[in-house]
Amino acid sequence: MEHTFAPATGVLSNIWLLVAIPLASATILLLLGKRADRWGHWLGVASVAASFVLGLIFFLNLSGLDAAKRSAELSLWDFIVVGDLKVDFGLLFDPLAGVFVLLITGVGSLIHLYAVGYMEHDPGRRKFFAYFNLFVSAMLLLVLGNNYVMLYFGWEGVGLASYLLISFWYTRPSAATAGKKAFLMNRVGDAGLAIGIFLMFTELGTTQYDGVFNGVDKLAAGTVLAMGILLLLGACGKSGQFPLQAWLPDAMEGPTPVSALIHAATMVTAGVYLIARSNPIFSANETLQLIVVSIGAVTLLMGCLIGAAKDDIKRVLAWSTVSQIGYMFLGVGLGGGAYALAIVHLLAHGFFKANMFLGAGSVMHGMHDQVDIRRFGGLSKHMKITWLTFGTGWLAIIGIPPLSGFFSKEPIIAAAFEGEGWQPWVFGGAALLGAGLTGFYMTRLFVLTFHGPARWTEDNKHPHESPAIMTIPLILLAIGSVAAGGLMASTVPDWLTPVLGEHGEEHATVLPHVVLQILGIVIPVIGAGLAWALFRNGTALEPEPAGVLVTAARRNLYTDAFNEAVFERPGVYLTRALVFLDNKGIDGVVNGIAAGIGGGSGRLRRLQTGFVRSYALSMLTGAMLVVGAFLAIQLGWLA
Amino acid sequence: MKDFPFLSVLTLLPLVGALVVAFIPRTKAGLAKTVALGWSVLVLALSVVMWLAWTVDGGERFQFRESYTWIPAWGANFTFAADGIALVMLMLIAVLFPVVILASWNDVDQSTRSAPAYFALLLSFEFTMIGVFAAADIFLFYVFFEIMLIPMYFIIGSFGSGQKQYAAVKFFLYSLVGGLFMLASVIGLWVLGGHTFDFTKLAESTASIDQNTARWLFLGFFVAFAIKAPFFPFHTWLPDSGGAAPAGAAALLVGVMDKVGTFGILRYCLSLFPEASHWFAPAAMVLAVIGIIYAALLAVGQNDLKRLVSYTSIAHFGFIGIGIFAFTTQAGTGAVLYMVNHGLATGLLFIVVGMFVARRGSSLVSDFGGAGKLMPVLAGVLFFAGLASLALPGTAPFVSEFLVLIGTFSTNKGYAVVATLGIVLAAAYVLWMIQRTTQGTLNPALTEVPAMSKDITLREKVVVAPLIVLLLVLGFYPKPITDVINPAVQATMQDVGAKDPVPNVEAGGKVGG
Repeated sequence: MEHTFAPATGVLSNIWLLVAIPLASATILLLLGKRADRWGHWLGVASVAASFVLGLIFFLNLSGLDAAKRSAELSLWDFIVVGDLKVDFGLLFDPLAGVFVLLITGVGSLIHLYAVGYMEHDPGRRKFFAYFNLFVSAMLLLVLGNNYVMLYFGWEGVGLASYLLISFWYTRPSAATAGKKAFLMNRVGDAGLAIGIFLMFTELGTTQYDGVFNGVDKLAAGTVLAMGILLLLGACGKSGQFPLQAWLPDAMEGPTPVSALIHAATMVTAGVYLIARSNPIFSANETLQLIVVSIGAVTLLMGCLIGAAKDDIKRVLAWSTVSQIGYMFLGVGLGGGAYALAIVHLLAHGFFKANMFLGAGSVMHGMHDQVDIRRFGGLSKHMKITWLTFGTGWLAIIGIPPLSGFFSKEPIIAAAFEGEGWQPWVFGGAALLGAGLTGFYMTRLFVLTFHGPARWTEDNKHPHESPAIMTIPLILLAIGSVAAGGLMASTVPDWLTPVLGEHGEEHATVLPHVVLQILGIVIPVIGAGLAWALFRNGTALEPEPAGVLVTAARRNLYTDAFNEAVFERPGVYLTRALVFLDNKGIDGVVNGIAAGIGGGSGRLRRLQTGFVRSYALSMLTGAMLVVGAFLAIQLGWLA
Repeated sequence: MKDFPFLSVLTLLPLVGALVVAFIPRTKAGLAKTVALGWSVLVLALSVVMWLAWTVDGGERFQFRESYTWIPAWGANFTFAADGIALVMLMLIAVLFPVVILASWNDVDQSTRSAPAYFALLLSFEFTMIGVFAAADIFLFYVFFEIMLIPMYFIIGSFGSGQKQYAAVKFFLYSLVGGLFMLASVIGLWVLGGHTFDFTKLAESTASIDQNTARWLFLGFFVAFAIKAPFFPFHTWLPDSGGAAPAGAAALLVGVMDKVGTFGILRYCLSLFPEASHWFAPAAMVLAVIGIIYAALLAVGQNDLKRLVSYTSIAHFGFIGIGIFAFTTQAGTGAVLYMVNHGLATGLLFIVVGMFVARRGSSLVSDFGGAGKLMPVLAGVLFFAGLASLALPGTAPFVSEFLVLIGTFSTNKGYAVVATLGIVLAAAYVLWMIQRTTQGTLNPALTEVPAMSKDITLREKVVVAPLIVLLLVLGFYPKPITDVINPAVQATMQDVGAKDPVPNVEAGGKVGG
C-alpha cells in the first residue's frame, strides 16, 4: 500500500489551532499567575471545549472527503533541516488522528469540567488547569504530528505534564517521588523510541510517516525487528506495559482528574497509538508481532492479579488500566483487523475508565479523601448518581452486553483465538482468563465500595453526593460507557481502513465463534459472581494472612523489589563510589603529581593559602618567556 | 555595512569598558555596575548589527576579515575573521554578559571587596572571550587563549567562595599546562607550515606535513582543548572552579569559556589535521562517551548545587565531543548548536542556582528542601532551567542533542546508543536535584532565613526572561541558528574529508540486520 497524504486545504488548514488553543491557555494561566486565580479554571475548560468543537468540525470535514483522500497534512515550518535530514514541524489529520482528537478533547472537556468542582478548594487550582491544558496540547501534538520527531515532541511533552500533575501536591514526598519515578521510567522508554528514530534516518533517510512507511518493505527483516522493538520500548514506557509498568500505579498520587484523563483515558494509550500508527512496520515482521502479543498477554494477566489484591480504590483502577491496555497491545500485536479492534477498545475504555476514575474521585470527595475500599461500604444509598454511573462503568469493563466493553473486548478475545498451533490457545486463553479475573476484581471493588455494611472511619459519618458540576460529567461518561462500544464497533473499523488497511477476511478461530461469545460472557460473570459472594458482607479491615499468590500480588508480583535490587540500589552505590573515586582517585593523582613536583604537600598547601597571586602571575610570565625562547630559537636569534 | 571593522571593534570595546570601570572609585559601586551593564549592552547592540550584516546564503566561509601587522618578523598579525561557528559563539557571548552582569548585581560583598574591580574583571573577561573566537591568526588565538585565564583567575580567587584559592590555582595550572602543549604545537605548525600564523594559509599548507608529525601537533592542540572543555579525564578542575566561582562567573565559565575547547577542536584540530583527526577519533569518542555517563552519575551523587551543575556540564561536553568526532553534518551542526544552547541553558541554571545560594547562604542541596513552598516562581524557573538541561523537546537543547545523536548514530551506532542512555541519567540528576531542593516537606531551617521567603525580584525577572525566551524560541524554531552554522560545519567536514553516509536503503536494495 502506497502511503501518501493529501495536503490540508480549506477548513482543514486550521488544524494547528487544536494544539495552539490549549497551549495559549496554559501560557496565559502560567504567566498571569495569581491574577488569573478567580477565572483561570474557566479559561482552562473553555480552551479544551473549543478544541473539541473545532475537532468535531474538522472530523466532519474529513468524513466528507473520499475515503482514499481522507487525510490532511499541514507543514507549519522547517523544524530541523541539516544536510539530508529534513524534519517538518508538521501535522497530519487523518482518520486515526481524528478519533484520538475527539477522545482527547471530548473526554478531556468533561474531565476539565469535573475538575472545576473537584479542585475547588485547592489553592493551586489555576496552576492545575495550566498543567492540564499543557497536557492536552502536548497530547494533541503527539497524535497530530506528521513525523516521528513531532510524535517524540508531544511524547515527551505529555511526559512533562504527567510529571507536573503527578507531583502536583509536591510538598508530599510520596507525590514528588512518584512524579520522578514516572518521568524516569518513561525516559527509559523514550530512549528506545529515540534510537528507533535514529535508525529510521540511518536506514531510510527520513522520519516522516509517509517516507518511513513506504520504505519499510525495502528493509531487511532484522532491521524491521530492531526498529519495532525500539518503538515498542517507548510504547511500553508510556503505556505502563511490562516491564516498564511500575510507575503507573504510583502515578495515582496525582489528583483524581489527572488519573482519569492522563493515566487512564488518553496518555497511557499513546503506546497503542504508536503501534497502530506504525502498523506498516509492525505488520512487516511476525516475530515483532509475537513480542507485542506476548507483552500484551503478560501485562493483562499481571494487571488483573495485582488489581485483585489491592485495597486502594485508585490503585485497583490503575492496575485495571494496565490490564486493559494489555488487551489493546494484544490487539495491535495480532495485527490485521485487530488493529482497529484495539482502537475501538481504547476509545471505549477511555469512556468507562474515565467514568470510574471520576466516580472514585466523587467517592473520595464525599469521604474525606479516603481511598481504602475496606473503609467504604453501603455508599449506594448516599451517593446515588455516583453509584449508578460507576455501575455502568463496572458492567461495561466486565463486558456485559449490551454495554460498551462487550463490543470492544470480546472481539479482541475472539481474534486472539485465531490462527494455528499453540499461539491461539495461549493468547486466547490468557485473554479469556483475564476477562474472568476482571469480572472478579472489578466486582470486588464495586461491592466493597457501594454495597454491604458501612465500614467507615470515625471522621466519615456523613458521606454526601458530589455537586452537579461533578455529577454531570459522570452522567455523560456513563452514557458513553453504555452506548459508545456498540456504536463504535460497527463504525470505527471501516473509518480507520485508510490508515490501518483492509481488515481482510475473517480467519478461522480454534473454537467456534458462538462458543467464544458464550465463554466471553459466562467467564466474566463467574468471576463477578464469585466476588459478589465473597465480599457481599464486607471484608476484614486489616490485611489478612494470605497464600503465596495473593502476597505476591499485594507486592506487585515483586517487580518493584526487582527494580530496587537490580537498578536502584546498585545505582546508588555506583554513584557514591564514583563520587569518592573522582575526588580521591583522579583528583588525588593530579594533586599528588602536583605536590610531588612542587616538593611535597607542604608546597601545595602554601599555594592554596600564601602567595597565590604572585605565583600565578610568575607562571604566566614564565610561560611568556618560554614562548619567547621557542620563537627566538626558531628565528635563529639565539643560534 | 559589511566593511565596518566589526570584529576588532567588538574585541576592543569591552576592554575599554573594563578600563573605564576599573577607574571608578570603590565607593561608587552603583555607578560602576551601571556603566558595566550599559557597556555590555552596547557590545550586544553592535553584535546584533553584525549578525544582521552576516551573509547567510552564499556567503563566504570567513566573513568580516580584518588584518593588521603585528610582529612582521614572525608573520604574526592581528587577523580577525569569523565563520558561522565563531559568529554564533560571539552572539552567545554578547547575550550572556549583560545577563550575568545584571545577575551579579549584589554578588560583591562591598565591605571587603571592590565592586568596580569585579565588574571591570567581567568586562575584561568579555574582551578575551570575544578575542579568542574572533581571532583568525593562530598566534593571536594562543595569546587570547592564555590571557583569558587572568581575569577568571582573579574572579574565582578573589570573589569566589569556599575553597576559592585552591580552585583558582587549580584552574590556572590546568589551563596553563594545556596551553603549553598547545604552544608547542603552534610553534611546530609555524615551522612546518611556512612560517605563518594565518589560519587560512595554514589550512592549505598542513597537508604537506608528514603523518606522524601531524599527529603529534594534533595532540598538542587536542590536550589543550580537552582540558579547557573539559573532557574526561581532564575534568576535575571544573567542579572545583564552578563550585567556588560566583554563580554568574560560573555561568560564563561553563557557558562561554569552556566552549573555546570544543571550538578549538573544530577549527584547529579538524581543519588543520584531517588525517590525525580520523586517527584519534575513536579515542576521542570513547573519552566523550565515558564523560557523558560518568559525569552524569557524578552529578546524581553531588550534594553541592554548583558542583552538581558543573558535572552536568561535563556530561554535556561529552555530547559535543561525540558530535564533533562523528564527522557528519548533522552531528557537527548539532555539536555547534549544542555549544550555543548549552551556554543558554546551563548559564540559566547556574544563574538561578546562584539566586538560591545567595538567599540561603549555602550551596548544599541538603540545606534546602521544600523551597518551592516559599518561592514558587523561582522554583519554577529552576525547574525550567532543569528541563532545558535535560533537553526536553520545546527547549533549544533538545534540537542540538537530537542532531548530535542522530548524526552520530549514522556513523557510530554503538557510541550513539550508549550516549542516548545519558538522557535517562540527565532526567535523574535534574529531577532528583529539583526534588531535594524545592519539593517535599519544607526544611524548617529555611523559615528562619528571611531571604528564603522572598520570591523572584524584578531584577531577577529581567535576568532570566531573555534566556527563557531564547531557549523556547530556539526550541521551536532553530533554523536561524542552524542556517548560520551549517555552511561552516560543512566546510569543516570537507576539510576532514568526511561525507555524510547515504541512507542504507538508497545505497542499494535490502541491507541492515
